[in-house]
Amino acid sequence: MWAMIAKEFHELQRDRRTVAMMIVLPVVLLVVFGYAANFKVHDIPVAAVGPGASQAAALLREPTFHVTDVDPAAGESAAQARLRDGQDVIAVVTGGGRPLVLMDGTQLFSVETAESALARLAPTAGTPAPRVRILYNPDLTTSWIMVPGLAGLILVFIGTLITSLGVVRERQAGTLEQLAVMPFRAWDVIAGKIAPYLMVAAVDLVFIVVIGMGVFHVPFVGNVAVFALGAALFLLVTLGMGIMVSTVSQNQGQAIQLAFMLVLPQVLLSGLIFPISSMAAGVRWISYVLPLTYFIQVSRGVMLKAAPISALAEPLALLAVLAVAVLGLAIIRFRRDLAPSSRTTQAAARTAERAAA
Amino acid sequence: MRYGLEEVRVTRGRNVALAGVTVAVDPSRIAVVVGGDGAGKSTCLQVLAGLLEPDAGTVRRPAKEHIGYVPATAGLYRDLTVQENLDFTAAAFGLSRGERDRKASQILEQTGLGRARRRLGSQLSGGMQRKLAVGLALLHSPELLILDEPTTGVDPVSRADLWRLISRAAVDGAAVAVTTTYVNEAARAASVVLLEAGKMLASGTPEQILHDVPGAVGAWPGADRPTSLSWRRGASWRVWSPAGRLPDGVRPVTPDFEDAVVVATLAAEAANQAGR
Repeated sequence: MWAMIAKEFHELQRDRRTVAMMIVLPVVLLVVFGYAANFKVHDIPVAAVGPGASQAAALLREPTFHVTDVDPAAGESAAQARLRDGQDVIAVVTGGGRPLVLMDGTQLFSVETAESALARLAPTAGTPAPRVRILYNPDLTTSWIMVPGLAGLILVFIGTLITSLGVVRERQAGTLEQLAVMPFRAWDVIAGKIAPYLMVAAVDLVFIVVIGMGVFHVPFVGNVAVFALGAALFLLVTLGMGIMVSTVSQNQGQAIQLAFMLVLPQVLLSGLIFPISSMAAGVRWISYVLPLTYFIQVSRGVMLKAAPISALAEPLALLAVLAVAVLGLAIIRFRRDLAPSSRTTQAAARTAERAAA
Repeated sequence: MRYGLEEVRVTRGRNVALAGVTVAVDPSRIAVVVGGDGAGKSTCLQVLAGLLEPDAGTVRRPAKEHIGYVPATAGLYRDLTVQENLDFTAAAFGLSRGERDRKASQILEQTGLGRARRRLGSQLSGGMQRKLAVGLALLHSPELLILDEPTTGVDPVSRADLWRLISRAAVDGAAVAVTTTYVNEAARAASVVLLEAGKMLASGTPEQILHDVPGAVGAWPGADRPTSLSWRRGASWRVWSPAGRLPDGVRPVTPDFEDAVVVATLAAEAANQAGR
């Protein structure tokens, strides 16, 4: 038995990635769950508008609320626009009797926390109880906010995992070497390899959204083109991650391990489940480099809030930056695998000339 | 030399993979690179195919459109059928539909895979897979055919089939470079390069290599190993004497190709030890 144990440790020692996963993953999970997975919401961004804005803002105390704007001149429509554009989750509209509290129903946990905080606040403050209106998801239906996010998660799976497996399979089988000798340009191989996955993922996305609408009655109130733009940019990022994973993996097992390590943080840190504003600052920055974070903003914004493209310019621009960076880096790395062949073309030309001479 | 390597040197980190190797690959001729595992055979072909840039030396090869290459590992898509493999390769090399159909049926006939058209690559036997891989490399009638150990792990009947396919390509005008670990296969070649640890032990026609065997080779029927420079050959021993003086009782024989390869290896070892 000792021989068996010793052999197993020797093998494990050689498989550095598995060791890293055994040691690093629990630490990462602990940190992430400890700091990010927080159902107790705080720092809910709130705006106060109307003549009594300052008084209302004074009542909304930290840590539950975080007042981002006090504007006595603005009215209900401006407050609604702030919610639609994702600047705030709560807006208090004062003036004309009982204040009106608008809430962004796509932020489930934040709204629930805010509701109970307001209920505690009202009797003690001696002010008239506010009217509450929940926008975009009035019944606070979980599936309404989960479906747009899950659509993104499924795209991450296809884009990252399936793509990386497809490329690694080619490397493992030795056919990548053969492709490098065939008269393909590196770009032909890369585009030819990505395009099918892009198409399958696009079809998948349509299915998910249609099923979400049909079965879970999730609304789609926004512009389909904006949604499609966000999805296309997001897909390019995930495909880039897939190719990146494949360039550093020698076999499918390694690719699955790595892809898993890229997918897991996106599940926990993208705002799919836990609100980003409640995460500890040390963990929050990870959310801001994850593409799913921005896709969720776009998909929820378009599907539930009918947010116009101007309101989603920031997440769309960041997705575009990520797409260029990740896919660009992935293609450079992948080209290196096929690079000798591109050099060969020149070498061949030289040799052919020499042979002719 | 039309194609091939000239004084090619390849290093991998601190290891020398090829130390000044020359392999001439000429049209209508088969050049065989023979050597044991890790001798540098695959590296030779990777340099020739353009997959690896040498650190020094000259490589002559045609443009990619005129190269057919089968790596040691695969050479076909296991998840595609025989026909789909043929179609993909034909499309990759831009063959016209008519040309594709003509060449494909010719190759299916030559490889005996005509009845396996619809079978997946993974469902073919090892020998059939290698035959298909070589067939795919021949589909576009390449000027330079590069085959990395096409016969390794293949049964004797399929090996004979494969060699018929390879010889046919040479007859049709292709310059063929083949690696093998089977010494007897080298005797079929127009030229042979014998590699060991990245160094050329011998090169030339098989006849030249036989002619150039230094010293004398003899046979010893006894049970015990007669000298340190001896090796088993069937039931008896072969003995090599660098100085040409065989011990008493050892019957002189004319060395065959297998003897020549062993002698070249022993001579290199002796030279190495002398150099140290």
